[in-house]
Amino acid sequence: MNITHVLFWFLSVLALFSALMVITSRNPVHSVLWLIVTFFAISGHYILLNAQFLAIVNIIVYAGAIMVLFLFVIMLMNLNKSTEPKKNRWLQWAGAIAGLCLLLVLVAALKDTEIKGQAAQVNEGEIGLIKNLGKELFSTYVVPFEISSILFLSAMVGAVVIGKASPNPSEGRA
Amino acid sequence: MGRFGGAMPINYYIFLSLALFCIGIVGVLTRRNAIIIFMCIELMLNAVNLLLVAFSKMHHLAKAVTDVTTGTEGQLFVFFIMVVAAAEVSVGLAIIVMMYRNIHSVDVNFLNRLKH
Repeated sequence: MNITHVLFWFLSVLALFSALMVITSRNPVHSVLWLIVTFFAISGHYILLNAQFLAIVNIIVYAGAIMVLFLFVIMLMNLNKSTEPKKNRWLQWAGAIAGLCLLLVLVAALKDTEIKGQAAQVNEGEIGLIKNLGKELFSTYVVPFEISSILFLSAMVGAVVIGKASPNPSEGRA
Repeated sequence: MGRFGGAMPINYYIFLSLALFCIGIVGVLTRRNAIIIFMCIELMLNAVNLLLVAFSKMHHLAKAVTDVTTGTEGQLFVFFIMVVAAAEVSVGLAIIVMMYRNIHSVDVNFLNRLKH
């Protein structure tokens, strides 16, 4: 059991625990903070796999930008108290049991796959470095890269159009 | 292979990602707050991303002798998933804000009035 294994188990337990806290905490702000912890744990996994570019992008884009957007929206709506009405107990149990059944089926289906003996390379390998990814991104995948900029533009226009105040003055702003 | 180098069985990554994905599904099924449902969707996307990176490194380990850049595609795919997720979040949060403006709540159960 070397340090890589210790780090793997630590990050896995951290990710699972904080993911459970995301769905169990009543206060939405706490959910957002636990989700940030989950993203940091997943970024740690990326670093462990030597995918450094994705680890940094994960922190910047997810933990930095997207979660700030979530926090903004929650605080804009003044939801930072646990006002959520409880769902029907039976529906909650049904949801939890359905999710666990899915987990059971997937684990049972995948525990004896033919890739079982294979392993993922940790801590070495050059493919996750920016040099290799950038070369590939701007040569082979340059067209999808440019198309994604159009996607961003349309998403921006869509967000502005949807989020614009309603033209009906009686409704007013939130 | 250095002191910290080595390999991790792919099974561990598969089961970790499955557990994270199913936690996300349970969250979507049991919560009523639209923002938390949205966060659970992000959690599922991240579980898939983690599995893609692990598979990319597995592929790299298997084929590294013949081609040193094997597995780059998987990581680029994760990059594009992140791009699409960022666009999705901006539009989705705008929709949630609009929903809050109209019905003054983010409870998804109120949305069943769409059927009338």
